[in-house]
Amino acid sequence: MSGASSYRNPPVVAGLLDRVRRLAVGRAPLRFMEFCGGHTHAIAEYGLRSLLPDNVRLSSGPGCPVCVTASGEVDAAIALAARPGVTVATFGDMMRVPGTAGSLSDARASGADVRVVYSPRDALEIARACPAAEVVFLGVGFETTAPVVAAAVLEAEASGVSNFSVLSLHKLTPPAMRAVLDAGEVRLDGIIGPGHVSAVLGSEAWGFLPRDYRLGCAVAGFEPTDVVSAVVALVEMVAGEEPAVVNAYGRAVTAAGNRVALQMLEQVFAPADREWRGLGFVPNSGLQLRPEYADWDAGLRFDIRPYSAPEPPGCRCGEVLRGVIEPRQCPLFGRACSPASPVGPCMVSSEGACAAHYSEAEEQ
Amino acid sequence: MARVTLGHGSGGELTRRLIHDVFLKHLPDPELGRLGDAAVLPREGLPGGGSLAFTTDSYVITPLEFPGGDIGHLAVCGTVNDLAAAGAQPLWLTAGWILEEGLPLDLLERQVASLAATAEAAGVRVVAGDTKVVPHGLADGLYINTAGLGWVPPGRLLRRESVQPGDAILVSGTLGDHGMAVMLARQGMRLQTNLVSDAAPLNELVERLFAAGVPVHWLRDATRGGLGGVLCELAETRPYGVRVEATALPVRPEVEAAAELLGLDPLFVANEGKMVAVVPGDQAEAALTAWRAHPHGTQAAQVGVITEERPGQVLLRTAYGGARVLRLPAGELLPRIC
Repeated sequence: MSGASSYRNPPVVAGLLDRVRRLAVGRAPLRFMEFCGGHTHAIAEYGLRSLLPDNVRLSSGPGCPVCVTASGEVDAAIALAARPGVTVATFGDMMRVPGTAGSLSDARASGADVRVVYSPRDALEIARACPAAEVVFLGVGFETTAPVVAAAVLEAEASGVSNFSVLSLHKLTPPAMRAVLDAGEVRLDGIIGPGHVSAVLGSEAWGFLPRDYRLGCAVAGFEPTDVVSAVVALVEMVAGEEPAVVNAYGRAVTAAGNRVALQMLEQVFAPADREWRGLGFVPNSGLQLRPEYADWDAGLRFDIRPYSAPEPPGCRCGEVLRGVIEPRQCPLFGRACSPASPVGPCMVSSEGACAAHYSEAEEQ
Repeated sequence: MARVTLGHGSGGELTRRLIHDVFLKHLPDPELGRLGDAAVLPREGLPGGGSLAFTTDSYVITPLEFPGGDIGHLAVCGTVNDLAAAGAQPLWLTAGWILEEGLPLDLLERQVASLAATAEAAGVRVVAGDTKVVPHGLADGLYINTAGLGWVPPGRLLRRESVQPGDAILVSGTLGDHGMAVMLARQGMRLQTNLVSDAAPLNELVERLFAAGVPVHWLRDATRGGLGGVLCELAETRPYGVRVEATALPVRPEVEAAAELLGLDPLFVANEGKMVAVVPGDQAEAALTAWRAHPHGTQAAQVGVITEERPGQVLLRTAYGGARVLRLPAGELLPRIC
């Protein structure tokens, strides 16, 4: 593949890696967390982990939207899909996430009408084309995805589409980051901040990391140079005095974020307590539709609320999502649990830490 | 608009007219035109020695017509390429057609014509056929099954067991063109690209290798599962490993961009006109020269080698010096959220 773009320039990446090595030499082991599943995927995709010096380690955080969807939320989606006349539309990588009794993919095989779409607007189109069907879009994802869902709700309102609704399972990233740090289970030296989320929220949203936790944060894009540049920035901060938020993704992220997207979020959604797989209930960490948009709230329309369901026996996705263990430390990893037959969600999505580690070459 | 009705499958006058006016009009083979219960083919037509290769494949695709091809074209390419990958020279095809009630007749006729034209281009005779009509809703427009018989000249032994460390892995051109073209046509992505499917019969391309005297160890056409799928199959349970260089993979920039947008890996996206060959390392240049001289092989490239390390595994070396293990995708290729 070409790798021609300037963000995929091997000599530039090699130079940045060299800089990490020089900065880290002689230091006590450093551990950074990449919050975002997109970074987890990129690190595996480009084989970056093995190129970092031994004393610089990257751990995955709870930033894979599919992975943090709780079992009970999957069950709620499946229960919806089982209703006669209901069509559930979802992003593709939700299809195979296991609930307590199977996945949406299993439900579809059993006759439920589950469609994979690329955008909530596609779900709105299905609703327009099939007025007799109740089309429910599964609102999964962080601040990145939620504005697009908000836009679809606003469009449904404006054009009077009444057979469209959203089951909002959206989650907010800063509260999850705090929950991981407040648990005190992991010692971290810095955070690679999520790129797309920060494009919406603005890099200032991470100001609490240096302020409250004395942790540096480098907001990064998803190309090899982006990720390694962020690692350089974090090692530099450790070597310097003051932790700060560094925006290493200036071509997409501003300090204040995307005003239009934020306004849309604010208009349609209100914060709500939400259960995360691995983190449990986190106050104000999710988004629910505001009462003004109750007509498009699938939870109200079908009286379906996610309940707290147990995780699969033996699955340690929770600890993986909190950075407490590495995927290979889970006894199921690569044995009972693989991408072909995932026990937990971290093995399903290619952004999941377990699936990413599964694709990385073990040292020989 | 004239459409296929259940009457076309009744065996009566409508069936007879369908066969004559749509099928035989485009498929001129005298053995087919005899309308016997079976094609009876003289043994004198067969060269002496060697072996026979026999294969079958069913074609199911949405949409039926896509940029760069259609189901009729595909139904010949796929089966011819399966024969070619076995080292066979394709001789005869059969074609079975499952028609859904309501299928526009002109669409059907375009597919028959397309199948006939591709068969002629590949130098293979369509000698037997069948049609069935199923009620509306019980099929997706049109399904085609083709079976193919070919002749493998003596001395061609293509087996995974022949593959050994030091061998070179070649691919006949760019990866993922078919899969991305069809996916974009299907999803109504309203994404403007010039992508076309690469569907093509590759029997001539394969013959070029043998004509150049290359002692080919293994061949596979990289269809569903893409090159990645072929390589995983090649390495699985074998005492050798496969190492692929990311920088050597021929991928069109537009395929790379579209795949990235959808969160897919071009390595695992389908092709319908790409052959993978494993040849002795010192024969790689001769093989590539032979391929590049053919219109279907101009972008041919060596993408990797067979290694003694990591038996059973496929290791992809990235442009940055890192590595990852390629594994078969679990199921259908599903795009990621963000």
